Amino acid sequence: MARRIPLSPQAQAVLAAMPSRRNVLRGALAGGAFAVAGGALAACGTKGTGGTAGPSAGPRCTTADLSATERKIAFSNWPAYMDEDEKNAEVHPTLVAFKAKTGIDVSYTADINDNNEFYGKIRTQLAACQPIDRDIVVFTDWMATTFIRNGFAAKFNPDKVATFLKNLAPTLRSRQFDPNMEYAAPWQSGLTGIGVNTAVAKEVRTVDELLTRADLKGKVTCLTEMRDTMGFMLMSNGKDPGDFTTADFDAALEKLKAAVASGQIRRFTGNDYVQDLAKGDIAACIAWSGDVIQLGFENDKIKLVTPDEGMMLWSDNMLIPVTSPHAANAMALIDYYYDPKVAAELAAFVNYVCPVAGAQEEMVKIDPDLAQNPLIFPNAEMQAKIKIFKPLTEAEEKEYTGRFQAAIGA
Amino acid sequence: MAALLPTASGTPAAATEIPVEPPAGMRRRRWIPYALLAPGLLWLGVFFVFPVFQLAMASLWDPSGSIETGYTFAWSFSNYADAWEMFHVQFLRSLWYALITTVICVALGYPLAYAIAIKGGRWKNLMLVGVIAPFFTSYLVRTYSWKAILSDSGPVVDFLKWLHILPPDGRLLATEFAVIAGLVYNFLPFMVLPLYASLDKLDVRLLEAARDLYHGPVRSFFRVTLPLSMPGVLAGTLLTFIPAAGDYVNAQLLGGPNTQMIGSVIQSRFLVVNDYPIASALSVMLMLTILVLVMIYVRVFGTEEVV
Repeated sequence: MARRIPLSPQAQAVLAAMPSRRNVLRGALAGGAFAVAGGALAACGTKGTGGTAGPSAGPRCTTADLSATERKIAFSNWPAYMDEDEKNAEVHPTLVAFKAKTGIDVSYTADINDNNEFYGKIRTQLAACQPIDRDIVVFTDWMATTFIRNGFAAKFNPDKVATFLKNLAPTLRSRQFDPNMEYAAPWQSGLTGIGVNTAVAKEVRTVDELLTRADLKGKVTCLTEMRDTMGFMLMSNGKDPGDFTTADFDAALEKLKAAVASGQIRRFTGNDYVQDLAKGDIAACIAWSGDVIQLGFENDKIKLVTPDEGMMLWSDNMLIPVTSPHAANAMALIDYYYDPKVAAELAAFVNYVCPVAGAQEEMVKIDPDLAQNPLIFPNAEMQAKIKIFKPLTEAEEKEYTGRFQAAIGA
Repeated sequence: MAALLPTASGTPAAATEIPVEPPAGMRRRRWIPYALLAPGLLWLGVFFVFPVFQLAMASLWDPSGSIETGYTFAWSFSNYADAWEMFHVQFLRSLWYALITTVICVALGYPLAYAIAIKGGRWKNLMLVGVIAPFFTSYLVRTYSWKAILSDSGPVVDFLKWLHILPPDGRLLATEFAVIAGLVYNFLPFMVLPLYASLDKLDVRLLEAARDLYHGPVRSFFRVTLPLSMPGVLAGTLLTFIPAAGDYVNAQLLGGPNTQMIGSVIQSRFLVVNDYPIASALSVMLMLTILVLVMIYVRVFGTEEVV
């Protein structure tokens, strides 16, 4: 976790939200190093982990809960995703308060950098019902879908997560991969929009402009994350990324391929679009909200545009592995972070979209400006534009990702 | 003691006082060469033969499987046809880029190695350090820095625009030029070092002899210098071509969607799409293709020794 230099609290909070949160490229390159080894290992042990059961499949193992006697949990999360004490980044004030309140000791590690990579690390043990020494893990929606589908997630006890059930933001209440809010509790959410450097080109209002405007040719990048880029293509074809057919996907992919063939799209990127946008090598790009807000602090020419078609919303979810011997403690922690006051304290630091209803009112007391930021607390106008990519079955996932990857040249 | 050890051919050194019958102790030592070979063979077996075998098996898995449902072995040779069908563009592009890279590396590396070996004098070691110096920084970091150097708003692009070599809206990044330039930059030392090694051994008196026999500089180069440095050329071209064909960092960082190489495809099939059969088929195809090309090449241009 990066140490922080003295900055204004706001800038600090924004910085905290950025660095390696979705460092796809780093993941890819690190992954490349063990591609051969990984391939070979996977080749050895691909017995499969059971059927492709739907989201309703129950947990696959039973583990005795020692929560009453062992007052502790291990929490694995992404870097820069937790509040930190001004003087000591190792100290997380909300976790300190949690211990004071419940007596539960949290061992917090920011060791998740890439969904595929981390899932690969714990998958085999979970499939064999072995402990992974973690009681909460955090995965992005699509990986959470796989996690739940494979029966790796422990089911919440509704009595122990009452605050969560009460305060989860309305947009996130009936997600298809967890319709009854039984397995996944959003930690933070984020938005995908269009980042524009207005020093290079005039503002972009729609996805179609991004894909066709002549003055942007060769100065546009899209994301290698299939759901972000294809969500925009689907929206620009008038389809809902939350509900589309394979034919819709194909039509949207053709649109993308045409923009690649014409040279409009210069590259597909992970986090590294940030530098290119800042330098002006690219004029506009599909971008993650947090990155662009931070760039905007340094350079007021850089703006995050909400395209007319809409924005993609993704969430990172807390999940309790089935083999956790401290599930009740973990549920206590999940419930704790759905207390609006705690959620506001966290949001003031990490600056992502807050998934907790009522946190906005609490935020007014901490920082009225942040409370009005629609990228942290989406207002009604923003809410109407937010789309969530539909959950895919494993077969769809493989088919769509395969075709998308081929279209982007890889 | 030395006299008791067998020579390479297995017979005792030709010294008359050695008895014809090998002493009894020698037979017991026959296992020593095998014992010395064992760690290396074991290493190769575990970390090369076994993975390659696994890869070949995986390339014949039933493509309808998945990580979650499991893959079954099915002699699915159609994986190769599918992989070719989907990715022949990137496949051929990789070989093409690797070839251009190799040719440019010879053109740049030969004069450099020659200068260091023949004209370097007391600066020789310093110049060699200069060639190796880039290795002190990570490959990735160096490629990233090329991204900054070739940037649209950077000095190189501005200068080329000023010279009207690049049109006003031209760029270098995300073009073939940038990818190949990156490959040449990153693999040039692999060309220079073996070339240097064989040119350094060149006996300059042979060049004097060639001059005495009325060879001009051009003819003595082609009749004397080049043939004598062929082992270096061969080693250098192999060390450049083979890794360049499988490289994906340069294409990923300096290229665009229309300049991706087969390495990126294999990486994404393995780690993003989780399509192991196609990824394995592509890997096996790449290995076999390079193997065949290299065998033909060595057959045609081969020398007895490498470096």
